[in-house]
Amino acid sequence: MSQKNRIAQGGRIDRQQLLRFSFDGRELSGYAGDTLASALLANDVQLVGRSFKYHRPRGIFSAGAEEPNALVQLGEGAYCEPNIRATQLELYQGLAATSQNRWPNLRFDIAAINSFISRLIPAGFYYKTFMWPASWWMTYEHWIRKTAGLGKSPSQPDPDRYEQRHAHCDVLVVGAGPAGLAAALVAGRAGARVILADEQSEFGGALLSGEKDIDGAPATKWASDVQQELAQNDQVTLLRRTTVTGYFDYNYLVALERITDHEPSGTDPHLPRQRLWKIRAKQVVLATGAIERPLVFADNDRPGVMLASAARTYIKRYAVLPASSLVVFTNNDSAYQTALDVKECGAQVSIVDIRTNPKGELIDRAQHENIMIYRGCAVTGVNYRGRLRSVEVMRLYEDGSAVSKSSKTNIECGVVATSGGWTPTVHLHSQARGSLAFNERIAAFVPGEGVRINPHLSVGACNGIFELSRCLKDGLDAGSTAAKAAGFGSVSIPVPRVDDAVQGDLRTLWAIPCKHPIGRGRKKHFHELHNDATVEDLYLAVREGFGAVEHLKRYTTTGMGTDQGKTSNLNALGVLSEIRGEPLQAIGTTTFRPPYTPLTFGAVVGQNRRDLFLQKRKTPMHPWHDQNGAIYEDVGDWKRPRFFPQGGEDMDAAVQRECKAVREKVGILDASTLGKIDLQGKDCAWLLNMVYTNAWSKLEIGRCRYGLMLNEHGMVFDDGVTTRIDENHYHMTTTTGGAARVLTWLEEWLQTEWPEKEVYCTSVTEQWAVAAINGPAARELLSELTDIPLDSDHFPFMSMQKCTVAGVPARVFRISFTGELAFEINVPAHYGLYVWEQLIEHGRKHGICPYGTEGMHVLRAEKGFIIVGQDTDGSVTPFDLGMDWIVSKKKEDFIGRRSLSRSDTAKPGRKQLVGLLTEDPQVVLPEGTHIVAEVKDRPPMPTLGHVTSSYMSPNLGRSIAMALVYDGQNRMGQQLNLKLMDGRVVKAAVADPVFYDKEGARARG
Amino acid sequence: MKYSIYSLIRNAFSYHEDWPQAWRSPDPRSSYEVVIVGGGGHGLATAYYLASECGVRDVAVIEKGWLGGGNTGRNTTIVRSNYLWDESAAIYDHSVKLWHGLSQQLNYNVMFSPRGLLHLAHSVHDMQEIGRRGNSNFLNGIDAEYLTPQQVKEMVPFINLNCRYPVMGALLQRRGGVARHDAVAWGYARAADALGVDIIQNCEVTGFEIDDGTVKGVRTSRGNISANKVGCVVAGNCSVLAEMAGFRLPIESFPLQALVSEPIKPIIDCVVMSNGVHAYISQSDRGELVIGASSDAYNSYSQRGGFNVIEDTVGAIVELYPIFSRMCMLRQWGGIVDVTVDRSPLISKTPIKNLYINCGWGTGGFKATPGSGHVFAHSIAGTDMHPIAAPFSIDRFNTGALIDEGAAAAVAH
Amino acid sequence: MFLINCPWCGQREQAEFSCHGQAHIVRPKNPNDLSDEQWGDYVFFRDNPKGIHYERWVHVHGCRRWFNAVRNTVTDELLVTYKPSESAPELEN
Repeated sequence: MSQKNRIAQGGRIDRQQLLRFSFDGRELSGYAGDTLASALLANDVQLVGRSFKYHRPRGIFSAGAEEPNALVQLGEGAYCEPNIRATQLELYQGLAATSQNRWPNLRFDIAAINSFISRLIPAGFYYKTFMWPASWWMTYEHWIRKTAGLGKSPSQPDPDRYEQRHAHCDVLVVGAGPAGLAAALVAGRAGARVILADEQSEFGGALLSGEKDIDGAPATKWASDVQQELAQNDQVTLLRRTTVTGYFDYNYLVALERITDHEPSGTDPHLPRQRLWKIRAKQVVLATGAIERPLVFADNDRPGVMLASAARTYIKRYAVLPASSLVVFTNNDSAYQTALDVKECGAQVSIVDIRTNPKGELIDRAQHENIMIYRGCAVTGVNYRGRLRSVEVMRLYEDGSAVSKSSKTNIECGVVATSGGWTPTVHLHSQARGSLAFNERIAAFVPGEGVRINPHLSVGACNGIFELSRCLKDGLDAGSTAAKAAGFGSVSIPVPRVDDAVQGDLRTLWAIPCKHPIGRGRKKHFHELHNDATVEDLYLAVREGFGAVEHLKRYTTTGMGTDQGKTSNLNALGVLSEIRGEPLQAIGTTTFRPPYTPLTFGAVVGQNRRDLFLQKRKTPMHPWHDQNGAIYEDVGDWKRPRFFPQGGEDMDAAVQRECKAVREKVGILDASTLGKIDLQGKDCAWLLNMVYTNAWSKLEIGRCRYGLMLNEHGMVFDDGVTTRIDENHYHMTTTTGGAARVLTWLEEWLQTEWPEKEVYCTSVTEQWAVAAINGPAARELLSELTDIPLDSDHFPFMSMQKCTVAGVPARVFRISFTGELAFEINVPAHYGLYVWEQLIEHGRKHGICPYGTEGMHVLRAEKGFIIVGQDTDGSVTPFDLGMDWIVSKKKEDFIGRRSLSRSDTAKPGRKQLVGLLTEDPQVVLPEGTHIVAEVKDRPPMPTLGHVTSSYMSPNLGRSIAMALVYDGQNRMGQQLNLKLMDGRVVKAAVADPVFYDKEGARARG
Repeated sequence: MKYSIYSLIRNAFSYHEDWPQAWRSPDPRSSYEVVIVGGGGHGLATAYYLASECGVRDVAVIEKGWLGGGNTGRNTTIVRSNYLWDESAAIYDHSVKLWHGLSQQLNYNVMFSPRGLLHLAHSVHDMQEIGRRGNSNFLNGIDAEYLTPQQVKEMVPFINLNCRYPVMGALLQRRGGVARHDAVAWGYARAADALGVDIIQNCEVTGFEIDDGTVKGVRTSRGNISANKVGCVVAGNCSVLAEMAGFRLPIESFPLQALVSEPIKPIIDCVVMSNGVHAYISQSDRGELVIGASSDAYNSYSQRGGFNVIEDTVGAIVELYPIFSRMCMLRQWGGIVDVTVDRSPLISKTPIKNLYINCGWGTGGFKATPGSGHVFAHSIAGTDMHPIAAPFSIDRFNTGALIDEGAAAAVAH
Repeated sequence: MFLINCPWCGQREQAEFSCHGQAHIVRPKNPNDLSDEQWGDYVFFRDNPKGIHYERWVHVHGCRRWFNAVRNTVTDELLVTYKPSESAPELEN
């Protein structure tokens, strides 16, 4: 368990805390402060995964969020997670990771055969083949799917908890490297509410991997001083392990804080796993740094090839020397620091620099340290046998177009540390709709113009500024500017003193030649490691016409991996610009999409899961329903009892019993969910006349009336009974699901079209609990609980009385949706359960039977009453429903009226609602069954309409149905054929949809 | 060059250096018989069928950006035809029939994968809705099967049947599935180009030449192009073109977002759509879970929407599939959907003679690509609209003969 | 995720609002005198500009009042909000 590559001293790890972990079952150890990647490297584990397409062996490439290779499967069972970047995963005791995308194991992976046939499967090969024979595609695809993907999905529900938090601040600083810390410091001193977020476990950014001095002391000292000051400022919120992943409009940013991911699962059950911050910031300072990009050379994907900055981070921050000999391959000065750091560890290092005459302080120092520098040379191949053994180096032609084969040298090394320059992390700026400008000096895109709605500043490395002194100044300036823009006074802090090495220019060479022309030999130039996209793929794409950046991305899959091309996109664009012979500014970039790094679904959901996902609405009587075995139905947000089974009854038996009880004795229904709107004001009647099809002017106080609402298309969209409570006071009811829609509808008309009208609309759905008692014994039952006379002379059908019921003030409506003698008892919601229980108690001797929505549906269908949304579908007019009587002939106007006279809407023979009686009275048609014009052996068969409602009626002793049928009203008595999906044909006769008590005597009785 | 395993092998020997351009990039000529505005899937399909079936090869497709850069490249690739109304069923099933065999016809693998598509029902109302729709589909000759919750569980073992709105059943269309969206645009472009169609990218229409109520051509950023007939197939931007031509459309453009997860090994083999909790999901051949959101409810051309919509969508996904809670969102994006009041498209003549439009596909246009292009091509080439296209005329908003998929089924996409 | 300035309540999160389409559409006073085309135009046809758009919003999880807004549909910048009683400000792209 020795950590072979661990440097004896230094680093920011805690050597007192030895942590055991496993990789592919192998027991290893590391220290607190390690990432999985640094611990693997410490243990000299180079091979960590297999690539996406060719299944080539892959190692650790970076030390951060940009990692394209080292993706592992973490944990097991419910805690398992795919595609975790080993470079960001903090090591903890007992961490268990496995490699991905290989079978049977990492060293021997069957699918690596893809690598041998790689010449047959270039970019987009699948568009050109797998077409013969046509029927085999699904088989081909089955295997394609199996080899793709990477890790495995968890297979059990997530046991962890997530939180969300809204935050507002004056200045949000993203990134706590030198520029970010400086910006936060100034803004904090100015008095602004500051949030400083950084994805790492420690603030400091690049300072954590370097040895610069600030004001004559180690830079980390400066960083910790700044943090100390910020920590003491209660206006400042410091968020570590927090990645700002999305920048949405009006400075709305989303950040993911990883709270317990650095600990074994379930360490502290009181803590959520992750917290999603939704931050609204007045000003944003982006100090997101830059990501090093590799040089693209032959076989640059081999384990052991890594970014020069990563090698440096492993050495300095994690005290891991990735190999005992390294080659640094660069086109710029910054990688020389890596070579110096390696040298300082006493390891072998040489530098291959594609520049013929590099100059600068760092070069001088490398020379001073006697580091071998191969100037004007390039790594042209990698010798990989189980691990990286050596590299092949050749002299570059002056113009970079080729290499001189005769100049070949081999350098033994275990790691190639490569640098092709630095790419500013402009993701968030771009997400904020900011433009990008290509900067020739650093050969990368830097932030350009922003937009007004997303005020922000990009500072430091993400702004293309790489010298520490300038980063600090940039940060200080931006912090001050942002605070000022947020309304705070200016504060001046002197720029700390830093001696930056003067760096020379880099040399741009997007693809490094090798002994054979790119694409012609066995060696591959991967510009994109995650999805195995090569430089030859780019040539192929352009050759075939996919030269637009978005086409290139889609054709070659460049930048579509879990790393979203953080190290590869610019190299791809660079090669593209060379092929197309156009400047990079003209080539442009693909769109930067949120999130910056993958965002856990669980965190996006936060607390809004399980019981808090789309909350349930329950009536005041719900506890009684629970106690009495109700089976519920979801209606909109509501849980409504569908039926109350007794003694093992199924739904049909229960509903039959309930329906009979209502017609023979008395039933009770919880109708509290019906939408209820209180209307007050002198223009109520005027409004009702506009929104309902019938006339309302003459409705007397205390009387109720049924109405249909149309939309402006002339189609029925809601119905209900409205009652005149007082001169200028009405009580409107709506369907359960339509309550909110109708209220909005009324408000919209009143406020935007008729503001001069005086009507006040208030939703009172939840203020009133409603028990509807229906059946011959309803009057007798109610009379026991109230003191008002209930006979029809004193309390006629379609009227309302205020009274007390069981001692509770109530409004009782004598209205009926079953066709029975019925009273709908409305009481204040908090008395609902009490009154319900009183009704049940007193109803026992009358044989009271609670019934649910299913019974209600049967009973209303026996009466031919419609349910909006079931018997109508948004294409049905009152005339189609046979409800001509409800459309006022006298009113000049109401909403939807004009639409009724359009040519198609007014034409005869439209689908009309009729009753259907099956030839065999025991056959209940499935709802949705269609009537066919002509029965054929097989479809297609033209249809005449469909069954909207269909039930076994216990009171009629036969099945009944309602249907929308073309010209239905002229088909009374006709025998029609219904074709069922199981092949049966059922005959049914068109009938009046009022099947029971056609005169309506029972309800009036 | 014909694409096949043989041509791949042959070209492997020449290092794939001899592949020709999939389509030419000609400069626009001064005149064409037909100009199609819009180089998305529908426009390219229109051009292809004009050239291949209608004998009209003097055709240009002009595209302001890059081919397939609009909704063609931004959708969730779902293909199905189990629509409620006969008119819709006719056009979408016409399309599904063309999807089968499209790869071979175009000699371009569009990866149409009829892996089955489930509509979950979460309430009595949903059950009635699929009950009606399944029967309607059956009688229209469209495959439809009802599944019990247990059968749903067999197809999608990790589904949470007892979610907020418990799964009560499902409607399955086995011929439904997914296709590779980009490849559809590319395949049609390549095949149309081979038949002589000029495909012109980076060419933006700035106006129409209209003489006495008849269109005579288009003005573009690359010069004027005259044409006997012009077809506009520009989805979210259709109102902008209509305004240039001087008429209005019953259409509004909304943002619609989608997202993908990180790639994982195959876990979900079919497409599952749920209107009850609004979530639909499939898994791409690359392994990503492809998830569609609902549209933001305001007009916008910005191709981006609000994070709240993403939250709602992911919430629904996690509710239905709790095992995905630890999965990660890799990428989200937005498109502009052109939505009519009745959620059915417009395939129609316009107040300008010889100017045709094909738009209003809303959130579900991808599946219709072949059928839409096919009937639009025939409509442009002939004197009357193709019978399958005829009901989708603008006129229905005056007569009232809407094809209201939205209100009837409350089915999105 | 817009910040919207409700003319009655001040600036609030977009989540509190919902958009109800084009503003300043006046319901015809005399529907019966209109042709089917004129009526269809009122019911179904909407401006759908790429740029300045006059639209109605309601502060649905707030004061529940309607108001009008001018927004650029390309940049999504809300340029001004005003009460329904106020006349539409003239703005250019």
